[in-house]
Amino acid sequence: MGKNSPVISNNIRRLRFFASEMTQQELADRTGVTRQTIMAIENGKYFPSLELAFRMAYVFKVALNEIFIYNAEDDPVIRKTNPAKTNEK
Amino acid sequence: MGHQEKQSIVSIIGSVLIIGFYTLYVYKNQVAGDLEILNDFRFWGKSFLWLIPIGIGVQIVIHILFAIGNRIVTREDMPEISDERDKLIELKSIRISHWIFVFGFMLSMGSLALGMKPYVMFITLLSSGFLASLVSEVAKIIYYRKGV
Repeated sequence: MGKNSPVISNNIRRLRFFASEMTQQELADRTGVTRQTIMAIENGKYFPSLELAFRMAYVFKVALNEIFIYNAEDDPVIRKTNPAKTNEK
Repeated sequence: MGHQEKQSIVSIIGSVLIIGFYTLYVYKNQVAGDLEILNDFRFWGKSFLWLIPIGIGVQIVIHILFAIGNRIVTREDMPEISDERDKLIELKSIRISHWIFVFGFMLSMGSLALGMKPYVMFITLLSSGFLASLVSEVAKIIYYRKGV
């Protein structure tokens, strides 16, 4: 899993919009990181720690999987270790 | 361009200026006219010991000046926190710089093993330290731009 990975995508931009157009700076301040980090996460250039991900979920008041979406079909590890299951889909 | 990338560029400029002016100063005041001093271990010991505090001092001054200049031009404060992404990038770039320095260290020892003069070893050591710090900053810029 690397940069701009299709395996994990996120809804942060959408969630910020529905949270009264929360700015990146505001989200950064509320989660204790810099605006650049929020921007990198939104663009898929950085995957946050579990702690930061949970903090974001707390701020948006949603479940973690509403912020980050895991696409198992695109995950090369899952494809390799579970070929039958991924081929079914 | 983010603050961290700007800081890395300032660090690169600072490193080049420090090593450039320091080697020029040492060459003009001590080496020129007396090349034998290059084989004097005391000369190398003193040069290395002076370079470290001078380098740190000048880098601090350059970063303070940059912070003031940046504040005046952009009206933005430098980020007060160093978050998890900054720390990860710092760790990754330090790892790269360590490998480069270790490679330089091996080269410098190799020069001694091959019977070259001691100054070749010291110059290789100094160059690898300089190169390691440069590559570390360049790696930071790349990680900030392309992602970790």
